[in-house]
Amino acid sequence: MTFLEYAPAPESKAILNLQKSYGLFIDGDFVKGHGTSFASISPATEEKIAEISTANARDVDVAVAAARRAYDRTWSKLAGRDRGKYLFRIARLVQERARELAVAESLDNGKPIKESRDVDVPLVAAWFFYYAGWADKLDYAGLGPNPRALGVAAQVIPWNFPLLMLAWKIAPALAAGNTVVLKPAETTSLTALLFAEILQQAELPDGVVNIVTGAGETGSLLVNHPDVNKVAFTGSTAVGRAIAKSTAGTGKKITLELGGKAANIVFDDAPIDQAIEGIVNGIFFNQGHVCCAGSRLLVQENIQDEVVDRLKQRLSTLRLGDPLDKNTDIGAINSREQLERIRTLSDLGEQEGAERWTSDCAIPDKGFWFAPTIFTNVSTSHRIARDEIFGPVLSVLSFRTPAEAIAKANNTPYGLSAGIWSDKGSKILAVADKLRAGVVWANTFNKFDPASPFGGYKESGYGREGGRHGLAAYLQSSGWHDPDTRGLSSSRSDTRGLSSSRSERIETSPAKKPAKKSPKGVTK
Amino acid sequence: MTLTQPVTLAPAERAVQLIGGDLTEKSLRLHLEGLSGVDAVGLEARAADLGTRSIKTTSKAWALDKVISLIDLTTLEGADTPGKVSSLVAKAMTPDPSDPSTPRVAAVCVYGDMVPYAVEALGAAHSPSGIQIAAVATAFPSGRASVAVKLADVRDAVVAGADEIDMVIDRGAFLSGRYGEVFDQIVAVKEACRRDDGSYAHLKVILETGELNTYDNVRRASWLAILAGGDFIKTSTGKVSPAATLPVTLLMLQVVRDWYRLTGERIGVKPAGGIRTSKDAIKYLVTVAETVGEEWLDPHLFRFGASSLLNDVLLQRQKITTGHYSGPDYVTID
Amino acid sequence: MSHLTIPKTYKLYIGGKFPRSESGRTYEVLSAKDAFLANAAKASRKDARDAVVAARAAVSGWSGATGYNRGQVLYRIAELLEGRRAQFAEEISSAEGVSATAANRQVDAAIDLWVWYAGWADKYVQVAGNGNPVSGPYFNISTPEPTGVVAIVAPQDSSLLGFASVVAPALVSGNTVVVLASERLPLSAISLSEVLATSDVPGGVVNVLTGSSAEVAPWLASHADVNALDLAGAGALDWVDLQITAADTLKRVLPPEDGVPAPSVERVTFFTETKTVWHTKALV
Repeated sequence: MTFLEYAPAPESKAILNLQKSYGLFIDGDFVKGHGTSFASISPATEEKIAEISTANARDVDVAVAAARRAYDRTWSKLAGRDRGKYLFRIARLVQERARELAVAESLDNGKPIKESRDVDVPLVAAWFFYYAGWADKLDYAGLGPNPRALGVAAQVIPWNFPLLMLAWKIAPALAAGNTVVLKPAETTSLTALLFAEILQQAELPDGVVNIVTGAGETGSLLVNHPDVNKVAFTGSTAVGRAIAKSTAGTGKKITLELGGKAANIVFDDAPIDQAIEGIVNGIFFNQGHVCCAGSRLLVQENIQDEVVDRLKQRLSTLRLGDPLDKNTDIGAINSREQLERIRTLSDLGEQEGAERWTSDCAIPDKGFWFAPTIFTNVSTSHRIARDEIFGPVLSVLSFRTPAEAIAKANNTPYGLSAGIWSDKGSKILAVADKLRAGVVWANTFNKFDPASPFGGYKESGYGREGGRHGLAAYLQSSGWHDPDTRGLSSSRSDTRGLSSSRSERIETSPAKKPAKKSPKGVTK
Repeated sequence: MTLTQPVTLAPAERAVQLIGGDLTEKSLRLHLEGLSGVDAVGLEARAADLGTRSIKTTSKAWALDKVISLIDLTTLEGADTPGKVSSLVAKAMTPDPSDPSTPRVAAVCVYGDMVPYAVEALGAAHSPSGIQIAAVATAFPSGRASVAVKLADVRDAVVAGADEIDMVIDRGAFLSGRYGEVFDQIVAVKEACRRDDGSYAHLKVILETGELNTYDNVRRASWLAILAGGDFIKTSTGKVSPAATLPVTLLMLQVVRDWYRLTGERIGVKPAGGIRTSKDAIKYLVTVAETVGEEWLDPHLFRFGASSLLNDVLLQRQKITTGHYSGPDYVTID
Repeated sequence: MSHLTIPKTYKLYIGGKFPRSESGRTYEVLSAKDAFLANAAKASRKDARDAVVAARAAVSGWSGATGYNRGQVLYRIAELLEGRRAQFAEEISSAEGVSATAANRQVDAAIDLWVWYAGWADKYVQVAGNGNPVSGPYFNISTPEPTGVVAIVAPQDSSLLGFASVVAPALVSGNTVVVLASERLPLSAISLSEVLATSDVPGGVVNVLTGSSAEVAPWLASHADVNALDLAGAGALDWVDLQITAADTLKRVLPPEDGVPAPSVERVTFFTETKTVWHTKALV
């Protein structure tokens, strides 16, 4: 064995204390779901992790009712300061149980433990910390004095960053004074259920957060439920379209964070070694299961061969394998379905005439795996240059001038993110100006921070998560009262489904402390 | 307006090959300034990422032994004496008296005037396949002396028996843009390493990265040192803070990798100063292996300039052998 | 046998350590009922000078930390306060002569105020800074940065809450502080310093001087290495003279307030400087 083969460095699963089966988390307790339960498996070994409940229509009803009750009786009456304190508690508990959460995430999702430990879970804690501080400062959110919460938020999240996407949804919603019913993706419910245990430890009032597990149908029931005021969805553009259609005319506020086909633009004056790292990080981080992945490399033609050469060299030290090994760089593909999709699109790439190169990785027998792959000779009309593959597959295209790079980068219905690599500041800023993308990274990629707004243009969705802008999705202005026009019109609406939320300045007695619950996810 | 005459540089072979026959300060400068920039945030992030590799069990045991075999065990104090050098050499030969399986270090590193005592203390252990003697020279650490003095410093050390010379570049000249001067000095030092029998002492060129300050400067100085004929590029004298860091060493390894891809020639890298723990040293091994390849994990191509590192590695080795944590009483002071 | 107490010695808090005054002086701190509570250090101008040196040395580290990091450090202080509330409540009771309930309410208020400010550390830039739509091919952004070292005269009639209400806001953006605690009620300030000393707040970020504000404040007002002066608790002093002195070095000065200053983001942004950066934008 050579040094580079590195002896196994497994992260132990002993820290986990998993149940054989999990119920739904409604009104502060774990309850049995009435749909058909299903198994959650580890995508690295195909072994079963736990049995997960499915929430049917009745369960979704009960969950939304619990959220509504909690909103009306408890959460909307709490001072922002106290909402903030609950969020601070949650942040601290996430930090305390960080290792456990990271192991569970890698087990259930397939991503390397190095990433869940160093990126996902720390960002989760940071997200709760950041929004905890906003809860009693909403006057400064940019929506005028005393903005109102919307009421009950229905939230559906994807499988690629399960706990992080949960944090992106729940933290701002609660800080702004809303209550929540959240559905995790069916292949990755585990950390959401562990999170429910954390909510019990934090003594969050019953019903403020409810977690209903299940598949697409559960999600559909949830977002279309008549008594939700707000829908937040992260996932595929196809489902996003469906939601936008089915909620039209209902008065529900919607935010969508959908797919992408980001261009990573490398100019000939880029800091070359860091650009290579950025390309690798852009498409191979999280196995490419990233909506904002840099899946199109747009490289200046005069350095194309050198860049592709260096890229292939760099990929030779990427390690694919057991997600729980601390030295793994590329983990498992999340599901059989996703693996099929990646394979199909990659085969299509070859058929279209692009040149395929795959890095030399030993593939384990069991589990779902796809070795990092680069397509060169890709033109803009190829499907692998236009369709989101959502896997570790990079399409390489070239350009001659900055204007051409911009035109090619923008030539897509998507618009989530983009990367720019150059040592020249004026060029970076001018290119950033012209890119129709919600997040632009210059000389870096895949950087996330709770203070930094994230979201897309065009078919990548609308609305922003993170930062002060992220509060707007969960608040509405109470109106700017011009003394001369007071009484002439009302900014309130009585339409059913819209919240008539209370001012968050009402200071009543603190929320009644819920009785202590067992923190384990035992179904009743 | 007058155009000054181009300053012709000493015809170092690598530079002539790469830049062309009209080797002048100007053509050298154009080449150095045309190199790719370095984004510090990205470089440091990559180094930190390499530092998260988890090296356990058999890999760790192998790595600890490898670290020892790559150490230039060093004493560079004004207060050095023959006795001190003698003690250092004894430690170099027998790092752990309680464990004869412990590898020897690669070399001892001393001031030029201490070389005779190192030669005497090493005795038969001083051979091409045994422990080498590296001498710092060229008015180490500052380099602030006339060229004549610096060259005499080198010649004395070579005559006294040094196998390797660790020189310092003229940072003043570099920072004021006189690349040609820096270049010519290295070429001259390389020539001063020549012995009567035609062989050369190995030349390590210390860049003193802490004084060069920016990564762009380090990249340029690395290329300059290679073009001028250095066998190794070395980060620091250890007398200035910051000394060796993982990002700066990563950058230098990238230059060496690029030179190898360009010419097929292998240059060595030596981080020196500030590497005190086994954990840190192993991060360097990982960085070498994943940047230029495992081939470089060899005393001919990689060294640690260190003094207290050795004992920390020995403590780690002892834990592996005995199964319990060890302590300072169980490793010798030199 | 009943337990014979070991009364605490109260010293200054400078550079992360607890020195006595270099002058060797102390003064008696009395309870509301005029009973002897402790000898507190009576700070001299040299102690003030040392405190400013320590504060200046700590600026680059504290202002160089991320907003998230400062927020975490400040939040942790609140956690520690919560854990030690009994000690603080008792100290407030005996010093101010109030009931245990009132004392606990003051501790609650101090903790809540501290948490409120901690939550601003990674946000105030988003509220006080912005991109500017200038007319021309320029990227233009305005960001507030900490002003540096802030000298503060704490409210005189409140032991814990008053002290917290002026210290916390200055720290949020990355300033370091030299605080003159309430002369009559200094003990809570030193106890809070003990909390700071055992937390992640680097030495020198907060420096606390006890003693005569009238004697020491002029030295801080005139000190050329102090960037701003908060006269919140200086109402009973010749504060206009202090402001005039501070004008020599163009310090930023906040005038006195009655009672305990309410939490406000303006107290955070007052101790910041706005920097506006222009950068050209060009494609060719």
